[in-house]
Parts: sequence; structure tokens; C-alpha cells
Amino acid sequence: MTQRGRNSPLLVRDIAHARAGDKGNTSSINVWAFDPADFERLKRTLTAERIKREFPNLVRGDVKRYIIDHLHGLNFVMQDALEGGVNASLNLDSHGKSWSYLILGLPLDPP
Amino acid sequence: MNKNSDVLRIGTGAGFAADRLDPAVDLAQRGTLDVMVLECLGERTVAFAHRDRMADPRRGYNTHLDRRMRALLPVCRDAGTTIITNMGAANPRAAAERTRDIARELGLAGLKVACIEGDDVSASVPRSQTFMDEPGTLADIGRPIVGMNAYIGADAILPALAAGADVIVGGRLADPSMYLAAIIHRHGWDTADMIRMGAGTLVGHLMECGMQITGGYFADPGVKDVPRLAQCGYPIAEVAADGSAVITKLPATGGCVTEQTVKEQLLYEVHDPAAYLTPDVTADFSHVSLETLAPDRIRVFGANGRTRPEKLKVTVGFDDGFLAEAGVSYAGPSASARGRLAGEIVAARLKSAHGIATNTRINLIGANSLFASAGKARGESDDVRLHVALRTAKRDEAELMLWEVESLLCCGPAGGGGFRGSITPAVATKSVLIDRALVKPRMKMFVT
Repeated sequence: MTQRGRNSPLLVRDIAHARAGDKGNTSSINVWAFDPADFERLKRTLTAERIKREFPNLVRGDVKRYIIDHLHGLNFVMQDALEGGVNASLNLDSHGKSWSYLILGLPLDPP
Repeated sequence: MNKNSDVLRIGTGAGFAADRLDPAVDLAQRGTLDVMVLECLGERTVAFAHRDRMADPRRGYNTHLDRRMRALLPVCRDAGTTIITNMGAANPRAAAERTRDIARELGLAGLKVACIEGDDVSASVPRSQTFMDEPGTLADIGRPIVGMNAYIGADAILPALAAGADVIVGGRLADPSMYLAAIIHRHGWDTADMIRMGAGTLVGHLMECGMQITGGYFADPGVKDVPRLAQCGYPIAEVAADGSAVITKLPATGGCVTEQTVKEQLLYEVHDPAAYLTPDVTADFSHVSLETLAPDRIRVFGANGRTRPEKLKVTVGFDDGFLAEAGVSYAGPSASARGRLAGEIVAARLKSAHGIATNTRINLIGANSLFASAGKARGESDDVRLHVALRTAKRDEAELMLWEVESLLCCGPAGGGGFRGSITPAVATKSVLIDRALVKPRMKMFVT
């Protein structure tokens, strides 16, 4: 598997992959380090506070982070983060399927 | 189920209402499956189906049921594969009868089609029922309720398996429960064994979205390349009696099963990984382990489980007016500036000419459509599309919005083209929790 930017990773996408899902107005996004060696950096970069701070107008409610250490993964559960959810959202992507790329587009903290 | 090995082979032939059929036929033909599950219901799908049923009492089930059954019944019969599906949606009885009739037309004599009903609880839940995760009661909805369906679990499906059904058609059968029921039946598990209920639920959870575990919803060119995604195969789980399973797919299909595809699905739409709630169990996925046995063969084990939730979740669907969407495109030099101007014109005129100021959203596709609220907008693009969305209870307002956007062709910025507009009836849903005693699943068998 080729990994773009592997030599000098800049974005979360350079060291991790992610998938977004929705339930009501709650968005959940799981994020996994490709290489276990990058997991600590991923954990340091992606805190619940950081997610909340990056997207204040989108993520209106609490953000909770679950850590799956042995699989090198994080799971973010973001309340009130889907513009009302699939029932009410006027966003083209009313499920927030694309939200995983909001996370993957964030700059990494230094190694 | 006709196989006698100590491993249950269970495949997915649909992971959502509009999922592909031809790879399901391929899987049924070549997969030597004991069971194929067709998972076809989302939170709102069942509400839409209720509206279909109101318009025509013979409808209200998955719109692709005819095509799916015509293609799959003969091959599954030949292969000795049991079909379990929630394609019945808001009308499992009609879906089961239709399946029986198709089987007869195809000359499949002696086929046993089981219908599972009892998930529709609209007659038994009082309007004073409080919502699950917000203040208020059903009485506060203020719009016509179209349906209420309880998520029902494996225990509702087991009697049909025990009676030797070839096809099991239900409504709001919980997604993982369709898999769990087949596993319980094959391995003779005790439904009070919560560790095994957790293990079977893990298999169901991983499999229920079909190709989302074989390379679908995964590819990212250059970072996560997936071979032959256009020919992606549906997944197969080989489930051992101890609850561990191997996730795989047919040889010569596209896609891939890797630890990465399995991980992304492991926590898909999961909140607390240690407490995934279904009608059958409080499943714990937080210590699940993965092992690559061979290319496209991933072993999963280590799920756990605790007591099942005391109450059952019910999805309440109600009419929610209309979603109107309309757009016009701009390209070439200054496309973004012309698109922005078009948006300003529409915003001003919806308000001044039509009195529409709320529940609208105006974006430029190519600049700020998906991530506008996240504050991530692109500055300039030379190919943009104005996108106007409106939610309204009044069809008249929806029509006026479309008219207004179309008028940009002559009255708006230079070079605008490609108007399209649509008005879609909307349903909304809320969730409530009810006592299990209010839900009484029942099974009826039809034989061709």
C-alpha cells in the first residue's frame, strides 16, 4: 500500500484512515493509524477538544473520544454535529458521510 | 440449511435498500452459503415504506423485492441457502405473499416462506410516550405519524428457522439480529449466553453493510487503493461454534478484505465500543482482535456481551413536508463570482418576492457545499454549481423556489446553464424506548 506523504506526513490522512457514520443528529467517526508507530502522534493530534475547537459551527454538542489501543484506533462521537441530522439538514450530505475527510484534512501535531 | 460442517457460511446479498443485485446472484451461485441475508432497512426507509402502504395497502415493502426474489430464489433453492431479509419493511405480510407468488410462478414447489410480523407497534404505544434522547412526547410531534416500528431481535426469527423456512421475510428486524439468529440456530447456542450473543452480534455488525467490509466506502486513490472496485464482491462470514469468524469474499471478485476494511466497519455507527445495544445483547467490541490468515481472509474474535437492554427501541416516522432542491451551473473565468452573485439574487428574491427566509440553504458546489458549516470553503473554482435547498410544509413554497432558481437562466448572471430542480416528500423520525411486553412477534408460514 502506497502512502502519500509518508516521508514527511503533514495531514492526518498521511498516517491514518477513517470512516464516518450517523445516528440521528450524532456523527461518529473512527480513525485508525496505518502504522502502529504513528498512533501516539495521532492520539496527541486528535483530542476531543481539538475536534470541537476546529469546527465550532458544525460540532455544536459534546465530543467524546474512545480509544482502542490494541488496534491503534480512535472513535469520536460528536453530538449535535449533523446540522439537525438527516431529518432536518439542508446540507447536500445530510448524513455527514464526508465528515471523515474533515478529520483526515487536519494538520498533524509535530512528531 | 443443509450443510453439516461445523462452520456456518453466511453471506450478505444486500446491505441497504438500494444495494446491488448481480454480485448477490454471483455469491448465491458460487458461495455454497448456508444463509444469505438481505439487509434493506434504514432508520427512515421504513417510514417511507409506511407512506407507500398508505397509498396502496398491497405495497410498503422494498421496491426491488420482485427483482431480487426472481433472481435469488432459484439459485438459493439449488444451493440449499436460506434467505433472511427485512425487505418486508412496513408490510412484511404483503412481501411474504409476493415472495410466495413469485416462487410459484418460477415453479419452485414446496418452498417455505416465513413471515415475521409484530414489529409495527403503532396501535399499542400511547401518545404520552416520551422521546428517547430529547424532551417531549409523541403528542408534541404535531404532524401525522406514518408508522412506529420496534427493532426486534433474533428470538423473533428463531421459530421460523426451527420450522425449516427457506425464506424468512420480516420488517424491522434489527440488522445484526438476522445474522445472529442463523448462528444461534446452527450452533445451538443458548440465547442467555451473552458472550456468544456478543460474538454473533459482532459478525452481524461487520456483515450488515455488505461491501463496506470488502472495499466499498473505503477506497482513497494513492492511500487506500482497492482492486476492481466496480466488480466488488459481497462478504462471506465463516462462523465457528465458539463465535470466532473469518470474513472473506468470493475468489475472482473485486474489492478486498483487509484488517483496515474490517476496522473501519468494526466501529461504523458505533458509539461506545464497549456498549453496542441491540435487542439481543449489550455487545462489547472494545477487545476484538483481528488476524490476517491469508489475502482476503481476516479472522475476528474476542467480542463480549452483557445483559440485553431492558427496553426496545422504536422508530417513529412522521410526515415532514417537502425537501426542494434546485441548481444552476457556471464555468470558466469568474465562475465563482457569477455563482456567488446568483446566490445573492436568489436569497434576496426568495425573501422579497415570496416571503421565504427560513429553512433555506444556498451554497456553491465546487466551493462550499459540504463543508460550509465546518468553515472549510474553497476560494475560487472555474466550475461551480449554485445549489439551493429548502425544507417547507407547503408544496407551493417548494414550487416557487424552483421557479425562482430557474428564472436565473434569463434574469441572472451571464453564462448560467443546466437548471435542474426536484421536490421530494420528506419524512422525519424520532426514537422512543418501550417495554418488551408491548411487542409480540409472530410467525406465519406460507408453502408453495
